[in-house]
Amino acid sequence: MAGETAKVDPMHQFTVEPLFGTGGWEVQGYNLAFTNSAMWMLVAFVALTVFMLGGMKRQLVPGRWQMAVETFTGFIDDLVLANVGKAGKKYVPYIFSLFMFILFANLIGLMPLGLVGVHPFTFTSHFSITGVLAIMSFAIVLIVGFWKHGLHFFSLFVPSGTPLVMAIFIAPIELISFLFRPFSLGLRLFVAMMAGHVLLEVLSSFVISGWSAGPGFGVLVGIPSFALMVAICALEILVSGIQAYVFALLTSLYINDAEHLH
Amino acid sequence: MDLDAAKMIGAGLAAIGAGMAALGVGNVFGSFLESALRNPGAADGQQGRLFIGFAAAELLGLLAFVVAMIILFV
Repeated sequence: MAGETAKVDPMHQFTVEPLFGTGGWEVQGYNLAFTNSAMWMLVAFVALTVFMLGGMKRQLVPGRWQMAVETFTGFIDDLVLANVGKAGKKYVPYIFSLFMFILFANLIGLMPLGLVGVHPFTFTSHFSITGVLAIMSFAIVLIVGFWKHGLHFFSLFVPSGTPLVMAIFIAPIELISFLFRPFSLGLRLFVAMMAGHVLLEVLSSFVISGWSAGPGFGVLVGIPSFALMVAICALEILVSGIQAYVFALLTSLYINDAEHLH
Repeated sequence: MDLDAAKMIGAGLAAIGAGMAALGVGNVFGSFLESALRNPGAADGQQGRLFIGFAAAELLGLLAFVVAMIILFV
């Protein structure tokens, strides 16, 4: 796409556009177009469903596929048990769905499907998606906290054993850091994914414009950029996993706060 | 200096924050590895805390990236 114009627009890949001529669908003045973002969410959902159904056969001696699924469920089970304790058992389905959905979304966005003409869209690189996921986690924290502890939940802002003089200063700081949690949760995932994809796009533009400037530039600029791109791709796969893990980990930590206070 | 040039300089300055976050993330993993090699038995139990520290340090670098993007595009 950058052949004729020398300048590559690294933000073009994040454009949300309606597909299949659904751009004009409106209900009560709201546009309900089926966008590429929605389509890739559907792809992630279908891939996740196929992956899970293939491994839920409950065989006594698990095959390879079932082992793969059980590794993931066991991983999240251990994570929640370590961070929330026994009371965390009921949150395992939510945190597991969250983790797997984000992981599949990140990995599908990195797939080299451009080779066959399909350009995957990383929907986790939009704050509107990750923000909603973060708000869901935060809503669970608030609902569980007020449901279990009532107004006593506010003692979360004063760590036990704080002298009264210090509490006056600590409580506002704790309140602000508590209110910042959904933003930081959503922001981290969205920016990490966006930064990685922008970086890949910029490096690929170096390769293209290096070779079109002549073989000398191609060897000097294009080949090192391409090598770096391969390495960054590997790093991005790692980042996809880490970001999904961090999202699940922080959600379980916040739920731990709501379950047990401090 | 006109506004566009000032914007570019501002976005470039915001990239310093990303470099600082690199120091922070390196410090988190470096310290973890240093103490994990001294006491490998206790290392596995601290991986959750390792990633909490990583997430906190990384977030500040990502905020610098957001500031650069806001300066450039908004």
